[in-house]
Amino acid sequence: MKIPYFPGCTLKTTAQNFEMSAIESAKKIGIEFIELPRWNCCGVVASLTSDDLMRHLAPVRNFLRVQEMNKQGLVENENRLLTLCSMCYNTLSLSNLRMKNDADDLQKINDFMHKEEENYDGNIEVVHFLSILEEMGFDKLAQKITKPLKDLKVASYYGCMLLRPKEVGIDDAEAPTILENFVKSLKAETVDWDAGSRCCGSYHTVNNVEIVYTLVKGIILDARKNGAEAIITSCPLCAFNLDVRQSEIKKDNPDFQTIPIFYFTQLMGIALGLNKEALGLEFNKIDAEDILKKKKLIK
Amino acid sequence: MAEKQKMIKVYLTGELFEVPEGSTIMMALEYAGFQLKQGVGCREGYCGACATVYREKGDYKLKGGLACQTVVSEGMAITQIPSVPAEKPIYDLNDLTPDVGTFTKLFPSVFRCVSCNSCTKACPQDIEVMDYIQAIIRGDLAKAADISFDCIRCGLCAMRCPAEIVQYNNATLARRLYGKYLAKKSPELEKRLEEIKSGKYDKEIKELKEMPHDELSKIYYKREIKIS
Amino acid sequence: MAQIIKLKDKNTDFLEKITELSGEQITLCEQCGTCSAGCPFVSEMDINPSQIMRLVMLGQESVMDSKTMWLCASCFTCTVRCPRKLDLSKVSEALRQVKLRGAIDEIDIKEISDEEALKLPTIAVVGSFRKFTG
Repeated sequence: MKIPYFPGCTLKTTAQNFEMSAIESAKKIGIEFIELPRWNCCGVVASLTSDDLMRHLAPVRNFLRVQEMNKQGLVENENRLLTLCSMCYNTLSLSNLRMKNDADDLQKINDFMHKEEENYDGNIEVVHFLSILEEMGFDKLAQKITKPLKDLKVASYYGCMLLRPKEVGIDDAEAPTILENFVKSLKAETVDWDAGSRCCGSYHTVNNVEIVYTLVKGIILDARKNGAEAIITSCPLCAFNLDVRQSEIKKDNPDFQTIPIFYFTQLMGIALGLNKEALGLEFNKIDAEDILKKKKLIK
Repeated sequence: MAEKQKMIKVYLTGELFEVPEGSTIMMALEYAGFQLKQGVGCREGYCGACATVYREKGDYKLKGGLACQTVVSEGMAITQIPSVPAEKPIYDLNDLTPDVGTFTKLFPSVFRCVSCNSCTKACPQDIEVMDYIQAIIRGDLAKAADISFDCIRCGLCAMRCPAEIVQYNNATLARRLYGKYLAKKSPELEKRLEEIKSGKYDKEIKELKEMPHDELSKIYYKREIKIS
Repeated sequence: MAQIIKLKDKNTDFLEKITELSGEQITLCEQCGTCSAGCPFVSEMDINPSQIMRLVMLGQESVMDSKTMWLCASCFTCTVRCPRKLDLSKVSEALRQVKLRGAIDEIDIKEISDEEALKLPTIAVVGSFRKFTG
């Protein structure tokens, strides 16, 4: 299956290992990501005021690129736009929802983008890779596992953007299970914990890192309390806060017990038997290899 | 008697003038009596000094162009932008790394881009300005350098940008970083640089510097250009 | 701890402006406090989210001086829990925009240290600038 793919800014810069592990894992199960030939940053956060259309331009331009890919034959009759990053997923989805629900706004945006060759027809669907896996069936994914992540206790960290608001959430906002089902399909153990959808502090990491430290500490402590040996996330910003900021907390508090943070496709890649090189574990700030070596999952 | 030059009406900085049809904006300005001390340079479309914004009669679009290259039309309203107040940090290329973090440090405003494409619409060089800004945001400096190659730094992109980005200074940095760190090294260039450093051309350059203008001009236009 | 808030005359224009910008019918808020109870940033806030709703309802422009709207990270936790189906993330966004549209930035984008500039992921920088600069 070939599907148009929107990488977003961070998977192309500081989190290239996340993208690499995702693309290689997807290949193993017969999904080929076709990157949009031309794309622009989605804006990271959705514009929430009633009158601000300007910030919806960026998402809509990307939807146009999917239309073009179909015309050019890069994909066949595929109106879905795949994302890995939770924030891209959320921002693109919320803009798309507005365009679908408000014909006047869509018209205004199309009129403004007169340099584009065509109008956005409102028919693109933004999907997250996890939803594609769910649709394919986690049992099917389980069948393709060559290296079960036996005994590895994994806490699923959803963060905010996969679940909220409800209109675009990929699962139940209060009691999600999709990441746990994913973890089970890799034959790892799930962890029952409270902080799985608690905000990590998000972009406050730029100018108010103290808040992020407080939130990250709370999340890590909760994971630790419930026996987690690893945390997975699908958001590169959550990953940065949980991983890099956690390492800074550790630096200031040597007694702090750290937990390694994995991008969900890094663990998926291990379970699918990818080479270590395709996972980029060495770029994870909190040592990610130690626990995997202990569990004899990598050498 | 020579055929009478047809005149058209244009608004120059808000004032109505009659100027000869077929003039460039620059010719029209000078015909109308403006003495151009700023906002004028090579007069051949290369230097980017004569950025101008205008509206054509009956069109809502605000367009950008070079005064020396854009021909006036009946009812056109024209304002020159002799200089663009621009954010221009001082940096030493040797201290920088060719990655997105360098832009976070020196040009954080680039991350305010909303993909409105106003910059591309304003560019008289038909550069896809928004696309190179986006390439910078995702750390693809080679692409940014490539797309922005024809930029003449007229500044119209920066004047139209709702995010207040100074696109052309970002592009300049991208090209510098690309040239220094990312481009394939050319052995011929290295060799020539060595020759220059060793003083091989000092005598020739000294002669050129001392040459009278007429002679220099003659040599310049007689020079051989090899296109291979 | 009890807090005494001195109210000024109701500025109906302010309430209308925030209602329009956010698209949320602020006067529907019944002050149950669910939003404040679940907010991950509430301990840092000077005025909690449900109080902000009440003050906006009463047309109190003084909420513009609170840091609450800047702490809201649009995590939508309150949004999915509000029994009145009000989207407080949109109200915070409206309040932020009132200030940012006056060309006053909440942060100085040049204040990022060199060390942080090389470390921060683009996603954080873009997100922050969208929320804190106009």
